Amino acid sequence: MNAQNISDLDTSPGQNRLNKANKGGVLRFLPPLPLFTLRPLLTHIVKSIAKKHPELFLRLGNSANKTFLINPTNLPFFLILKPDPKNPILKAHNRRDIIKHDVYIAGSFATLLKMIDSKTDSDALFFNREIVVSGDSEAMVALRNALDDMDDSLASDVAASFGPLAPPIRKIFDLVNKA
Amino acid sequence: MSVKLNIGPNLFNWSPEIWRDFYFKIADEAPIDNVFLGEVICSKRAPLFYPVLEQVVERLEKANKKVIFSTLAEVTSNIDRRLMNKQTADKNIIVEANDISALQHLKDTPHSIGSYINVYNEDSLEFFAKNGATSIALNPEMPKSAIKQLSKCAKALDVELEVQIFGRIGLALSARCYHARAYDRTKDSCKFICDVDPDGMDLTTMEGQRFLSINGIQTMSYTYLNLVNEIDELLEFGINNLRISPHSKGTLKAAKTFRLLIDGKIDASEASTRLKEEKIDAPFSNGFYHGEAGNEWRV
Amino acid sequence: MSEPLYADKPELICPAGTPASLRVAVDAGADAIYCGFMGPTNARNFPGLNFSLKEMAKSVNYAHDKGAKLLCAINSFPSAGRTDIWRKAIDDAVSIDVDAIIIADIGMADYMSKKHPNNRIHLSVQAGASSPEAINFYTDRFDIKRVVLPRILTVQEIKKVHDEISCEIEAFIFGNIGMMAEGRCSLTNYVTGQSTNMDGVCSPANFVHYEEDENQNLTTRLGEFAIDCIGCGQNAGYPTICKGRYNVSHRKEYYAFEEPISLNLTHLLPDLIKAGVTALKIEGRQRSKSYIRSVVSSFRNAVDGYARGETPDISELLALTEGHKQTEGAFKSKAWR
Repeated sequence: MNAQNISDLDTSPGQNRLNKANKGGVLRFLPPLPLFTLRPLLTHIVKSIAKKHPELFLRLGNSANKTFLINPTNLPFFLILKPDPKNPILKAHNRRDIIKHDVYIAGSFATLLKMIDSKTDSDALFFNREIVVSGDSEAMVALRNALDDMDDSLASDVAASFGPLAPPIRKIFDLVNKA
Repeated sequence: MSVKLNIGPNLFNWSPEIWRDFYFKIADEAPIDNVFLGEVICSKRAPLFYPVLEQVVERLEKANKKVIFSTLAEVTSNIDRRLMNKQTADKNIIVEANDISALQHLKDTPHSIGSYINVYNEDSLEFFAKNGATSIALNPEMPKSAIKQLSKCAKALDVELEVQIFGRIGLALSARCYHARAYDRTKDSCKFICDVDPDGMDLTTMEGQRFLSINGIQTMSYTYLNLVNEIDELLEFGINNLRISPHSKGTLKAAKTFRLLIDGKIDASEASTRLKEEKIDAPFSNGFYHGEAGNEWRV
Repeated sequence: MSEPLYADKPELICPAGTPASLRVAVDAGADAIYCGFMGPTNARNFPGLNFSLKEMAKSVNYAHDKGAKLLCAINSFPSAGRTDIWRKAIDDAVSIDVDAIIIADIGMADYMSKKHPNNRIHLSVQAGASSPEAINFYTDRFDIKRVVLPRILTVQEIKKVHDEISCEIEAFIFGNIGMMAEGRCSLTNYVTGQSTNMDGVCSPANFVHYEEDENQNLTTRLGEFAIDCIGCGQNAGYPTICKGRYNVSHRKEYYAFEEPISLNLTHLLPDLIKAGVTALKIEGRQRSKSYIRSVVSSFRNAVDGYARGETPDISELLALTEGHKQTEGAFKSKAWR
């Protein structure tokens, strides 16, 4: 039994968990959100990281071609990360979408930020099950090592971009609150 | 050069009577060349069979079997070191060294290198050959590509190589005794509990998968190595020493079967059938040889 | 204030899996860092971990500028037909002025001692040299300057070894314990077809699976074999074979080999130093840099504190240990065996 292929993932534990996450709570009842409004912001984040830290992509090796599905459990959307050095992508998806992916990572948004914060031991988050992962473990380990090699605090850059005052995020949250 | 079929050192804790009778049978009935004797796993066990050692050596030598003495594989405590001293003191016997410490005692004495010393490449092979090794047993995890390459080098250095072809595979050693641990004892207070498992203590996963086998400080495969389908290729590579590792059953049958196979009197298929007749309660594997997971069986 | 316990402070040897971790370790007070090249030449061959030659060269400069040393681990065993990769690694490491090369394979020790006789060879824990006879074999043949002792000896045994050998001793004081004799473990290869000894991988990530069921029970798997099953609320772990839980006929679901606990020898430091240990080694090249920062700073304080005659408190290290349990392992007494 080798690392899962994308085509196997519709019934994978990751997809099952996705389905469960989609079913749980109030987030399930949201109308499709205008996530396209987040696109410039997310693209800006991933492209500036790629520019600032080219070695991150080298360190990822073959895992740069994988698709990482990130589930910030307390936000109304998923994130998809494709760290291809030639065309890095970070975008948001509605929770009802079926998303093919190689790696699944879930945690509260604050925990996910801690995971990429150079001041936190990300392994501890995993051991304590504050972060849950499944899928291609090789890609997961490669990403974890690549992120750990960064001196600057990626987390503060990301948090600043995602801050509640950032207009696109604000609009999304407003829609969620009205629903 | 003719192909030698050898019986490795018994790795388990058998009673002295059973141990003795096993080797008597090997002497009397097994069509084999070399027999390895000695305590490889636990220095506490060694004194147990001293009372019958001499008779066994005599019987084997009378039957024209060459006796080689295997040393301990892991040497840490004072007892271990004393045993190693004893095992390497007699310059009139041939010793198979299973730990580097043995080599300090065997300077200027021709000796064998056992599979517990890592000889993985040409450079190591050359070093040990120049250091006095006349025969080297390869680690069972070596894939055939490496075995083939090493065989070429060995020939040029006039050293014989040996490959294990049957029996459970030693996968790891530890300072901790896992038999004792399973019974909440320590190595010092073990009361020789390992003697209840003549072929190792079966270990399964929490899902019931048959996984490993525990033998004191040694962790072994659950599967029995069986290179019945690979003998022809090994001989082609120039490997002229094949080792069967002893178990409570099947060893004599394996010796007879592999002898017939090596001599071309039966083919691999017939040999395979005969080996299955022993009804060993564990699957066979040959994965390591093929560069695959060691627990697998490649048809 | 009481008298300092020792005149010469032991060296603090710290792990680094990435250049960022190396800088963190140096800044936190490490006397030396050990690290390896990307690929199979060292025993922590994980995806995305370790150094390119360029990164290693830069790291040597960084360390030297701050008065620290860099020890290059080339401590796996090349199989026949592949020695050129390891030989090149050794030549590269020498060319960038590393302070020592940590070797396990005898063929490579032979190569290095002949080709680079003026460079320091340290004997890796992967060589499994646990007796004075074994260690002296290596000093006699290859002029090794230091031996990293297997983590299976008591402090008394270390003292005895020290009295009977001529090279320096480096001992582990913190981190993951590998109780299986190092350099002789084929468990990973038995399950995956990739070898710890020959490829430097242990429970490689591409064979690791985490499966959570609807009740949040997590099964960790290596290849097809279930290594552990953890209930909801319990801590997860990486499926290292010897840290799993298994069944035998008379006992179920127990840590047959070892519990996932961490070695912590803070309180034995003075004893270790009296026993003749010149270098104290922290395990963890695969750990995060925040972990490394915390552990290295704490041990820097501890070593300095003991040198001043104090008894430092390192209770915060407990939180960093795997599984949150710690042990003094074999070092205290033989009862651990």
